[in-house]
Amino acid sequence: MQKTRKIRVLIAKPGLDSHDRGAKVVARALRDAGMEVIYTGLRQTPEQIAETALQEDVDVIGLSILSGAHKTLFPRIMHLLKEKNLADVMVFAGGIIPKEDMSKMKRLGIKEIFGPGTPTETIIRYVLDNLPQRS
Amino acid sequence: MRKTEEIVKGVLGGNRRSIARAITIIENNEPEAQELTARIYPRTGKAHIIGLTGAGGAGKSTLIEKMVREYRRRGKTVGIVAVDPTSPFTGGAFLGDRIRMQELCTDDGVFIRSMATRNYLGGIAKATKDAVRVLDAAGKDMVIVETVGAGQSEVEIIKVAQTIVVVHAPGLGDEIQAIKAGLMEIADVFVVNKADRENADKAVTDIQANLQLNSKESPWKTPVLKTAALTGKGVPELIDKIEEHRCFLKGHPECKTASLRTKAESELIEAIREFVTLSLIEEMKKEGKFDELVHEIMEKKTDPASAAEKLVKKDLRSVKT
Repeated sequence: MQKTRKIRVLIAKPGLDSHDRGAKVVARALRDAGMEVIYTGLRQTPEQIAETALQEDVDVIGLSILSGAHKTLFPRIMHLLKEKNLADVMVFAGGIIPKEDMSKMKRLGIKEIFGPGTPTETIIRYVLDNLPQRS
Repeated sequence: MRKTEEIVKGVLGGNRRSIARAITIIENNEPEAQELTARIYPRTGKAHIIGLTGAGGAGKSTLIEKMVREYRRRGKTVGIVAVDPTSPFTGGAFLGDRIRMQELCTDDGVFIRSMATRNYLGGIAKATKDAVRVLDAAGKDMVIVETVGAGQSEVEIIKVAQTIVVVHAPGLGDEIQAIKAGLMEIADVFVVNKADRENADKAVTDIQANLQLNSKESPWKTPVLKTAALTGKGVPELIDKIEEHRCFLKGHPECKTASLRTKAESELIEAIREFVTLSLIEEMKKEGKFDELVHEIMEKKTDPASAAEKLVKKDLRSVKT
């Protein structure tokens, strides 16, 4: 029987910002590129995001944040993912993340940051080219 | 296979990562899928499987969230499989049912999995049955399956669930819509949600009247309940009714057996169909007969049905199993 793998992506909005237009645009673009996108809505805690990633067995997580709280929330999220044995999941981020914080976020394990104005094609291409081999 | 053993052990122990991985393996038809399913199958049958169906916008996800809270209050563990449609054009899906259930996410006694139909018809995904089995084997007391929510043609759920709850909301269209073939016939419990709206009572009486007209003679009389999922009103009564149905099935083994029989038959037929079809077609393609006939069909020298008959009658004897 044929194998039919689909790429599963979690698009999550950690923290208290209520701007989800960007997240939804990315979610729709990934869906149109043939992926299964789980969107969990606003105001997600790091615990909810990590647990959702576990239950949904996602390949990729996209974090969208515009509140400036990334330096508090992202380390917590990455720590929880590691704790749950999900360190091999690809994590990328978007929203308002200042250039001077980007290298710090990447050191936490966030593979790429796509700021405002990034063409959705770029994100799709990145996911397809860098898809992790899950164990 | 060591990997499969580990995962099965994990599932039976209720390990969430194993549950998640098992569902993925089966959904993607990975090499270990068949062995996994075979090893899990004998350990199923304890959970009560509830199917929740009804048109989009009726409030299924919101209702499920309240139902799960009530089950948790009563000390039960719950697995949820929420199905959403795959785009026939892009192959992708937007799985958004979790949005309404996310507060349950970090409760240890709840496991939520979103599934895309991957173009399977009837309101659920092909792998939904097996995802339910994984959750059953993992020890969940109840497993709730939320179907796609497109409406009348969503009756595949009867092959998966023991109690079917059909959710309707007033104002979604003519009440006549609700009585069309399909949903009316499969409901074990009918729910009119958004009961705070003004035509809720009329919806209830309309549906009750139509249920009475149902010619099918069954000892179980489908009740029509009212709920307001946003506030949780009517949910404890719904849970009680579902429990009543479960006891009814237990006390009427002939109903339960009939239903188990239907499920077993249809699953066996589907499995046979898949094995035979795929191996037959593989054989035919190897011999070149398949392409020959495709050309004949394109040139209108023969029609698809006649071509299939020719191929199948000739090759059925030589099918490798």
